[in-house]
Amino acid sequence: MAGTNGNGETLKQSPAQPKKYTAKDFASDQDVRWCPGCGDYSVLAQVQRILPDLDVPKEKQIFISGIGCSSRFPYYMNAYGIHGIHGRAPAIASGVKSANPDLTVWVATGDGDALSIGGNHIIHALRRNIGLKILMFNNRIYGLTKGQYSPTSELGKKTKSSPFGTIDYPFNPVQLALGSGGTFVARSMDRDPKHLQQVLLRAAKHDGTAFTDIFQNCNVFNDGAYFLYTEKDTRPDNVLYVEHGKPLVFGKENDKGIKLEGFTPKVISLKDGKHSISDVLVYDETSYELAVLVATFGDRPGFPMPIGVFFKADRPSYEKMMTDQIEAVTKKRGAGDLDKLLKSGNTWTVTAN
Amino acid sequence: MSKTIETVDDVVIRFAGDSGDGMQLTGTQFTNTTALVGNDLSTLPDYPAEIRAPAGTLFGVSSFQLRFSSWDILTPGDQPDVLVAMNPAALKVHLKDLKKSGLIVANTDSFDDKNLALAGFAGNPLADDTLVDYQVIEVPITKLTLNALQGMGLTQKESVRCKNFFALGLMYWMYSRPMEPTEGWIKQKFGNEPKIAEANDKAMKAGYYYGESTEVFASRFEVKPAQLKPGLYRNITGNEATALGVVAAAKKAGIPLFYASYPITPASDILHNLSSYKNYGVKTFQAEDEIAAAGVAVGAAYAGNLAVTGTSGPGAALKSETISLGVMLELPIVIVDVQRGGPSTGLPTKTEQSDLLFVMYGRHGEAPAPIVAAATPADCFHMAYEAARIAVKYMTPVYLLTDGYLGNGSEPWLVPDSKELPTIPVTFRTDPENFHPYARNENNVRPWALPGTPGLEHRIGGLEKANITGNVSYDPDNHDFMVHLRAEKVAGIAKDIPLQEVYGEQSGDLLVMSWGGTYGAVRSTVDRLRKKGYKLSHAHLRYLNPFPRNLGEVLGNFGTIFVPEINLGQLARLLRSEYLIDVVQFNKVRGLPLRSTELEQAIVKTLEAIPANGKRS
Repeated sequence: MAGTNGNGETLKQSPAQPKKYTAKDFASDQDVRWCPGCGDYSVLAQVQRILPDLDVPKEKQIFISGIGCSSRFPYYMNAYGIHGIHGRAPAIASGVKSANPDLTVWVATGDGDALSIGGNHIIHALRRNIGLKILMFNNRIYGLTKGQYSPTSELGKKTKSSPFGTIDYPFNPVQLALGSGGTFVARSMDRDPKHLQQVLLRAAKHDGTAFTDIFQNCNVFNDGAYFLYTEKDTRPDNVLYVEHGKPLVFGKENDKGIKLEGFTPKVISLKDGKHSISDVLVYDETSYELAVLVATFGDRPGFPMPIGVFFKADRPSYEKMMTDQIEAVTKKRGAGDLDKLLKSGNTWTVTAN
Repeated sequence: MSKTIETVDDVVIRFAGDSGDGMQLTGTQFTNTTALVGNDLSTLPDYPAEIRAPAGTLFGVSSFQLRFSSWDILTPGDQPDVLVAMNPAALKVHLKDLKKSGLIVANTDSFDDKNLALAGFAGNPLADDTLVDYQVIEVPITKLTLNALQGMGLTQKESVRCKNFFALGLMYWMYSRPMEPTEGWIKQKFGNEPKIAEANDKAMKAGYYYGESTEVFASRFEVKPAQLKPGLYRNITGNEATALGVVAAAKKAGIPLFYASYPITPASDILHNLSSYKNYGVKTFQAEDEIAAAGVAVGAAYAGNLAVTGTSGPGAALKSETISLGVMLELPIVIVDVQRGGPSTGLPTKTEQSDLLFVMYGRHGEAPAPIVAAATPADCFHMAYEAARIAVKYMTPVYLLTDGYLGNGSEPWLVPDSKELPTIPVTFRTDPENFHPYARNENNVRPWALPGTPGLEHRIGGLEKANITGNVSYDPDNHDFMVHLRAEKVAGIAKDIPLQEVYGEQSGDLLVMSWGGTYGAVRSTVDRLRKKGYKLSHAHLRYLNPFPRNLGEVLGNFGTIFVPEINLGQLARLLRSEYLIDVVQFNKVRGLPLRSTELEQAIVKTLEAIPANGKRS
């Protein structure tokens, strides 16, 4: 059997001019084993579709996951990958990224994996602004363990482990990511492929941690959880597409908008003759304050669910600062010499006599 | 005024005071100077888990024991010859260890009613007959320090803080040590606070000249340099040595070192040391928790770095699931466990050997992992190096066991030349032709294929793998095959580690078998007994999994196997189950190194119980 531990060659450089890929180039030879009709298929397809636009060679893409349905993701990608353990994908991915900042590191995780068992790692990855593209498949249920409530399940939800309804308040993942210092915080939906592609492409190009909360339908254990937002007839009146530099309008005929009165947002009608488009708040994704405010809309009665890029900030990434610091110290102290290091400190010589 | 100088060849000093009195610093300075003078030495710092326990209390006492000698020593000593007691609590806590007729230097200024009460003395031990068996030298250290620093414009508090330097100076005088090394250190340390630097320097000199000029001391001592093997030496703690060991291994392997860790006593110094070696290309990552540190190490290993994560018992438990992943992924990771007293938070600042069975078996599933253990502070360098060598050669997580005593204790280290260190060959797979992530070489080792390498795109993960292809496999026969394969791979490392050596006769009635940080105590006890005419041998294990391949034979050459450990018999249990032999256990779990005297008694008792043995005729 060939392919044993090495053959003495040095690493080949990736070609300077990356070849033009198609989505198919990123599909692995493994059969996809999600339930038929699962929203995960769409996320997989959109990721495979945007990768050719990144101009990053296949061998520099790596997908790292935890445990759960969505965490099977790496097996279906023709790239490097680690199917890790429950909740720990951001930690493993942080090791990969800081050891080799040249790689494009993706994290495929779910609402349970990321926000419950792995909550600590998610918030600290965001805080560090380490270059991970975190895709959080949010189906508001535990699928792989067959239907218990998750940390994003709505209060009172009846599931296998909450036959009388949950008594846990859910997380708002966008708020959590913003509160953790995320520099790219977005939300999209499995059943809006175009939007999902746009958001993923921006996430992929972001320098630092990019967090995307992806509404994803589990058609077996939580079917229709997001139909209000994803289906053609209800979507326009219930979803607010947040876009940088654009007024916050929604509705079938773009007839509703968000107005800010002091610190209080109001839903206004653009048809009632009292308000016009000039009253509508224009979104600015570089404003942390706006992001924090708009992130709450989904939890406010009468407000639409905000979708899009909430916040984007340019802040040096963890891996950049790590590399820079090593360079700076090396410049100052000179490249380390092992023998000098071993022989440093208070030394003395014993001579034979 | 000249005083007589008495030559002695072996001294044990213990500095003891409040945890805020600077005893660790005093001890460290005395140690460094003593190293430069050329004595062999061994140290035992002992401090409370609290950063600043209430002043004057028994549980707030911090101490630093140092043994130095003009011959080769292996332990910091059981019983001090000299106790420097900065307050009554320090005297109370440490008096029971002091040698009969030993010397007590007591700071009389702190022996007031309040401190005496806090220490639980009914009367003043300096005034009653509590200390009749000892030589007591009363020195008003605080007052003398204040006098020496008068007119410097320091606050009372600032001046009082210098009293440890007074004590240090006094001890320097008493043992004929030069003050220059500490003078230099003070200048460097307090460069930004020239006044404090001057005050500490003055206090030290005041202590030195106090010894010289007062009538209290009739004589001083001298300890001639030890006849150590020629070469360049430095004094080194186990944690420093561990840090240097992995830096050296990474350099020799030609790959970057990546250390991911979460602060934990007594392992944090490894992180502190490595984080200052940035210009050696060392990456350090202070993770959000122990689990993350292990996960980061897994990622760094996949990306081709020498991945190391360090911790102590509680952290080792948290990392367990991730190390099982490392076993499944077959990635090289070194896990350093600086053992401390357990269970739970236990005795965070004290030593113990109670994680052996945990690192041997404390993972879910059949998850074998090699284990090596350091014998002395300096040996941490060599075993850290070995752990790294085994990890990258066999693509496996490897545990390095040290302990609180080894980690914080120090000894002179004959610094090796990097050229003398064994090579650590690393080759990364680059050829896409016939590449399979779980293909095997002659050692059952899979290739190290780094993300970023064109044509080798592959996925690994915690699900069971088909051999060769590395694809997910639920096939029952494949699982059975892989479970055996992983076990055989680790067992096969036995052919790549040194044979077990035996000190003394190669066969006989009694073999003392130890491992880890008890080496010094055990070897010196065995030596002493051999000098007294007893017939016994000693074998010290540094490879715990797999065991050296001749270990069964070694054990078979002796009638009785005596196993001393700072646990309830964890090696004893492994030896019994592996070799189906019985062993005699000696277990003391006091959070401190084994005491030579106790060990000696226990060994003699065992020897005397062996029919027709005892002393050589």
